[in-house]
Amino acid sequence: MNAMLNNLASGAWGGFWMPPEGSAMAGEVDWLFFFIYWICVFFFLLVLVLLVAFAWKYRYREGQPMLDAPKHNTALELTWTFIPTLIVIVIFFYGFKGYMHLAVPPPDAYEVDVTARMWSYSFRYPNGEQSNELHIPVNTPVVFVLTSDDVIHGFYLPLFRVKKDIVPGRYNKIWVQATSLGTSDIFCTQYCGQDHSSMRNHVVVESRADFVEWLGKLGGGGLPPVQRGKYLWETRGCQQCHSTDGAATGKAPTWKDLFMSPVQTMDGMHMADEDYLHEVITHPNIHPIAGFQPIMPPTEGLLNEKDVGDIIAYIKSISKNYHPALPAATGPTTGPSK
Amino acid sequence: MSIAEYQSQKKPKVDNYLTHNRGFLSWALTLDHKRIGLLYMMFVLSAFLLGGTFAVLLRTSLLTPNHWMFPSDPAHDTQAKLFYNNMFSLHGAVMVFMFIIPAIPAILGNFMLPMMLGAKDVAFPRLNLMSFYIYCLGAILFTWILMGGILRTAFNIHLPFGFGLDTGWTFYTPFSTSKAEDGMVAGVLGAFILGFSSILTGVNFIASIHTLRPRGMTWFRMPLFLWALYATSIIQVLATPVLAITLLLLIAERLLHVGIFDSSLGGDPVLFQHFFWFYSHPAVYIMILPGMGVISEVISVHSRKHIFGYNFIALSSVALALLGFLVWGHHLFVAGQSNLVDSIFSLLTFSVAIPSAVKVFNWLGTLYRGSIRFTPAMLFAMGFILLFTIGGLTGLFLGALATDVPLHDTYFVIAHFHYVMVGSMVFAFLAGMYHWFPKMFGKMCNPAWGRFAAILLFIGFNTTFFPQFVMGAHGSPRRWATYPVEFQPYHVISTIGSYIMAISLITVALNWLAGLLWGKKAPANPWGGNSLEWHCPSPPPYDNFPTPPVVDDPYNLAAWEYDASIEGWVPRKSQPAAATGPAANRTRPVTH
Repeated sequence: MNAMLNNLASGAWGGFWMPPEGSAMAGEVDWLFFFIYWICVFFFLLVLVLLVAFAWKYRYREGQPMLDAPKHNTALELTWTFIPTLIVIVIFFYGFKGYMHLAVPPPDAYEVDVTARMWSYSFRYPNGEQSNELHIPVNTPVVFVLTSDDVIHGFYLPLFRVKKDIVPGRYNKIWVQATSLGTSDIFCTQYCGQDHSSMRNHVVVESRADFVEWLGKLGGGGLPPVQRGKYLWETRGCQQCHSTDGAATGKAPTWKDLFMSPVQTMDGMHMADEDYLHEVITHPNIHPIAGFQPIMPPTEGLLNEKDVGDIIAYIKSISKNYHPALPAATGPTTGPSK
Repeated sequence: MSIAEYQSQKKPKVDNYLTHNRGFLSWALTLDHKRIGLLYMMFVLSAFLLGGTFAVLLRTSLLTPNHWMFPSDPAHDTQAKLFYNNMFSLHGAVMVFMFIIPAIPAILGNFMLPMMLGAKDVAFPRLNLMSFYIYCLGAILFTWILMGGILRTAFNIHLPFGFGLDTGWTFYTPFSTSKAEDGMVAGVLGAFILGFSSILTGVNFIASIHTLRPRGMTWFRMPLFLWALYATSIIQVLATPVLAITLLLLIAERLLHVGIFDSSLGGDPVLFQHFFWFYSHPAVYIMILPGMGVISEVISVHSRKHIFGYNFIALSSVALALLGFLVWGHHLFVAGQSNLVDSIFSLLTFSVAIPSAVKVFNWLGTLYRGSIRFTPAMLFAMGFILLFTIGGLTGLFLGALATDVPLHDTYFVIAHFHYVMVGSMVFAFLAGMYHWFPKMFGKMCNPAWGRFAAILLFIGFNTTFFPQFVMGAHGSPRRWATYPVEFQPYHVISTIGSYIMAISLITVALNWLAGLLWGKKAPANPWGGNSLEWHCPSPPPYDNFPTPPVVDDPYNLAAWEYDASIEGWVPRKSQPAAATGPAANRTRPVTH
């Protein structure tokens, strides 16, 4: 409740009906919303007033004679057939006009590929780099090319008034032009199983300079392998299910101390050495692990060989079974001395 | 005590359909449409209780942003979400396939259709019984699978074959064919079987209306409830087979990996949505048209007024049935069908707004210069008019393309269709039950409690669902087990509303039960209706009409006058000029 009052006070919640307008087309959609809204208010009040008035005026009273009334009135009935017909044609027209605006991206729009999987999004930019966080530049047309790795998901940006299903096997597109800086929600709107309600993300609208700077840092290029592995864990969706501090998520084993520890799988005991880690990262669910559902999405196309190597390096770095420091010398040294 | 009452007590026990023969088999193997209607009533109301219980549980679990019913550790987080997903699937599937679709046709339709036709039974009584048993089979299978999922996720109890179904009632591919719980196949089979019950009832009603209309009952002298049932039956017969085919393809896809719907096998998931909504949009009219028929009867009889604009109401039912087949694509406005197809479906969708508006205005026209009795049936019918108006008008936002895009798959849609399915259809069902209860059981319910329940349900309903419009416009998606804290106030108000609804529906159930046990004996015609079922004693004899009734204009209510001694209506001795002359004199009911 407090959160809501704060939002109302700060304007972050928008009006009674609609959230704030975050894109160029939001104004057009909201205009149509309120156009229809006032038509609805008018007709509802008309029905309400007539119903209450008739119910009161013509209520049954003892001894009152029956009133004469017509059984039909063709002229009147045709009138109340035609007036709604005209109104809905007008509404259709404005809905169509607005939709054409929403549906056709400008030819020079900046393209971001959106891939959805159970239950996360990833975003790939024209420079080939990928992120699980969406940043877009303000006042620039951006087209999202949507596809899914598994089932149908939704891609809904309430403040931008756009939504499209993300359907496996096809590329759906929507476009936006953000008009104000800041962070707002992305919701999955198509039921996609267990964690559908947690499939939420954010879009960060930045100035063009900030966006270009953010894009340049994307991909973790230049980081040493362990840091880059950690970066990939954060940005490629691994952290949705794998913790790195030993916490149980219920969805997948933690990476903490995983390296060189025995793993009980459905097909026997495995030692989590480099080969095992490489195999289960590149071929998810190949050895289903006891106590977990085999829900890891495919990583083909998401991670290349260097990425896998860096992730293994990161997993090793957080294991008590890995000793990067130079061990103490043991035994005598032979050979020529200086 | 009046002389008439005294004399009726002295007579030997009346032979009616309830007392005609006794024993379990006399019910289990009955071919009597009235008993089959009551058998349906027991099962369909049980389904309503089940679906309603889970509606209240869903609302209760949404009181806080993170499922407060389970401990807040990660393992229970998974369990809580699976439980929620099984609950909303059960609520939707049970309510749609086991309650809303059969409620009015199978209970009130089965009971009243032959009586309104002045007939002894439906055209195919054996088919009618078979349709009931098919319903039972489908319902038991469906409930077993769905409840299995609930018990497993909530209490870790494993029923044999109780796999659970977590797809929602829409079974969208490829989730249903590749990821969903194992109950998918058996659950879909349950829906498939339930569909056959619906088809057979439709066939039976169409045949009955064509062949059993008595002399003098032309198409345009039928009660409007029969027009509504006829239009409904056409949809049931034409659309349900498409659902059956679709569900079979779904099972084939899941078990044999054929590759029709699953994109990883080369299929098209959106194709499933086309198939599914080709049935399920017309199914919306299977749900609402019978309700509209009930309202036309109730509004006319309880305002002592001839229905206004009979032809427009009758033909608008047929128009809705036919136009309802052409609008399924509006469920796919954001699924990725082409912009041209979206535009065509948007235009066609608006066409269904017109017959709906016509009906509302005609009902208002019927109230004009009437003599309105605020019976429970009438209050439910007035609630229907207001809620259907809101449900219909909010459809305009969803039919218009630009506004549908942000509102699609949000709580705005949930609120919209609950205004139509619950606010309209359930209110119409309750109006019909209060209207025909005296005829069905020969007992009167206490009207004060009925009125109280109607007003309370109206308040509870709006408290539950109006906030959902606002929540949806602000962006809250449907089918969410957890939600951002900003949406909590709406959820809390909505949940409180659902408790009010539960109280009023329990009041209705107790009101009926009290009426059955201790209610006053009902006269043949307690409200003064003139359709043929009121020409027969309450409860009806085993074979309905001791003498063949003579057909009159069903809305010629002036043919009856109130007799305070029996607290019911009797044929008017002196016919006013407006009535239809000698024919009406021969429609004397057999009691009194």
